[in-house]
Amino acid sequence: MKKFLAQTYLWILLILLYAPLIFIAIFSFTEARVLGNWTGFSTQLYENLFTGNVNGSASLISAVRNTFIIAIVAALISTVLGTLAAIGIHNLRGRKKSTMLFLNNIPMLNPDIITGVSLFLLFVFLRISQGYATVVLAHVTFCTPYVVLSVLPRITQLSPNTYEAALDLGATPMQALWKVIVPQLRPGMVSGFFLAFTMSLDDFAVTFFTRGTIGLDTLSTFIYTDARKGGLTPELRPLMTLIFLIILILLVIINVRQAKQQNSIKNK
Amino acid sequence: MVNRDVIIDIRHLSKSFGDKKVLDDINFYIRRGEFITLLGPSGCGKTTTLRIIAGFVEPTEGQVLLDGKDISGIPPYQRPLNTVFQRYALFPHLDVYDNIAFGLKLKNVPEDEIDKKVRKVLKLVSMSDYESRDVDSLSGGQQQRVAIARALVNQPKVLLLDEPLAALDLKMRKDMQIELKEMHEKLGITFIYVTHDQEEALTLSDTIVVMNEGKIQQIGTPTDIYNEPQNEFVADFIGESNILNGTMLCDRKVNFVDHDFDCVDEGFGENVPVDVVVRPEDVEIRKDQSKAEFFGTVSSCTFKGVFYQIFVNTETGFELMVQNYRKYDVGEKVGMQIQPGNIQVMRKPRIRNTFNGEIIDNTHVCFLGESFECKPTELKAGTEVKVEVEFKNIDLQDHQEEGTVNGEVHFILYKGDHYHLTVLTESGEHVYVDTQDIWDKGDLVGINIAARDIKIGKIDE
Repeated sequence: MKKFLAQTYLWILLILLYAPLIFIAIFSFTEARVLGNWTGFSTQLYENLFTGNVNGSASLISAVRNTFIIAIVAALISTVLGTLAAIGIHNLRGRKKSTMLFLNNIPMLNPDIITGVSLFLLFVFLRISQGYATVVLAHVTFCTPYVVLSVLPRITQLSPNTYEAALDLGATPMQALWKVIVPQLRPGMVSGFFLAFTMSLDDFAVTFFTRGTIGLDTLSTFIYTDARKGGLTPELRPLMTLIFLIILILLVIINVRQAKQQNSIKNK
Repeated sequence: MVNRDVIIDIRHLSKSFGDKKVLDDINFYIRRGEFITLLGPSGCGKTTTLRIIAGFVEPTEGQVLLDGKDISGIPPYQRPLNTVFQRYALFPHLDVYDNIAFGLKLKNVPEDEIDKKVRKVLKLVSMSDYESRDVDSLSGGQQQRVAIARALVNQPKVLLLDEPLAALDLKMRKDMQIELKEMHEKLGITFIYVTHDQEEALTLSDTIVVMNEGKIQQIGTPTDIYNEPQNEFVADFIGESNILNGTMLCDRKVNFVDHDFDCVDEGFGENVPVDVVVRPEDVEIRKDQSKAEFFGTVSSCTFKGVFYQIFVNTETGFELMVQNYRKYDVGEKVGMQIQPGNIQVMRKPRIRNTFNGEIIDNTHVCFLGESFECKPTELKAGTEVKVEVEFKNIDLQDHQEEGTVNGEVHFILYKGDHYHLTVLTESGEHVYVDTQDIWDKGDLVGINIAARDIKIGKIDE
């Protein structure tokens, strides 16, 4: 009985958590304009989405494209910066190290809206015209700490003499980094990249404040504007379902990788 | 002048990390093809020395000459030396073959030549069938073989080994010792080996450099180091030994454990205090007391496999460690004898504590960074003086707050009837103490000295 109650509780919790997503997914298979009306099963919205037969489809497609380009570019830059930063932090000692880790954690805990507004003010102050570049820069700022955190444990695992061993065998510092250190950090870097990618993908607040006035839209800002204009475009329902699936797959990949890594540590 | 025979010459090497001096004026040279071991307890500077030779650490002062040329400015990747690290430091993302080929590939050696060399060196370390194995799947001993192969394949002028066997179990370690020795003979490459294991050093080396606290204590062949230790530290660190206070009565006559012995040492002078070292296996012990030189009672007898380790209290109140093949009963009266050639006499580095001090007023003197009360003196305040305190007059307290000066027990030597301690004070000076009390290394102590025991003298010009 106790077990049954516990199980039920867990399921209710999970259903509540996933209800909105399931709701959207279900209603992506009907044509009704107003969300919540069921007018029979149809894949018309998916067809519209892929054939471009949507109201204001051009701006929706460009928003999707922007979202992914920004996410990929920001994630790549964050991965490089975050890995280098992690190596640097690892080589610090004692107080300096804990200070740097603390400073690294603040941007992650800082509310997005504050990050967004403060970046907006910074760009204005520096007279940087806002657009693509500022959005990417802003995303890099909040993504990099995640990369640092996912790469650091890999560095700690490195045998302390690995770098020296490479130098000893005739590798220059750059060769040692490239041929010995990076290959061993790669799993952490890949996890960090995916984390950064998903963080960038679903950001709204920071993008909203740093995109400027040139009409740059990512998916989140597009949906926001669209919803204010009188109801969601119905084709957003299948789009959101698809994005959710992509994120889900990415998360599964990350988790499987981490589980594998932990196994390989245990086996050592 | 360049000696063709010398491959590495280390001159006046010093290294400080912050305030801490880890190497203090190290000088030695290494002959071509030699197996030399840097031996000492952890923190003695042996690994730092090796790392300076390899190029991972810059010396604060001094030079390393390789074939007569100073290599100080050359980065590690351009030095014709290779290192075998303590924890192997293999590259886990590469298999055995690629680990070994790493150095050759960087030098753009042709593929077929790499292949030939890797196979040859794999055979040398008896790992021929393992070339495509993942390094993480190998045992510690196998990983160490790969690490040795990875270094040797580059045909270094000198192979540096940093405690390469420390992570292996005893049996494996013994086997690898023999193999290393064979490899050294076969290849003719100079080996520089770092270890804290004195037995390993005695087994493997042509020459041993004993180090402690950043200084070289003794350089010599294994037999020299074992049979003729130059100071208390070496005698205590290498093997088991009885270290006792003695007096050199005249040439070839020494007194210790309140008994006069014949010895082979000369030139110390008459009635000079000395340290005497006698190895436990050199104390001849017998039940028949007629032929013995001195006598005692067995206080314990422990079976050690090949021999029994026996502690004997002499009639004169000293405790000696003795090794013998025969078992003796506790309480048994025994006679003992020591051959003159087995008594090693060493000059005492000091016979009392000497500090630099300064007079504060007519009843106080400052030394070891603190003010001590002393007997009334007529010297003027501010005069620099020499302060002398006998070893036995230093009073150690359990609690630091009870002492005038604080320190840490740094080194302990048992001298048969008392302990001779080296205490490192907070100001970084050494205080030597004779005591009956038992202290442990690392104990924090307070140091007191009574006013009557402080002897103030003029600084020698």
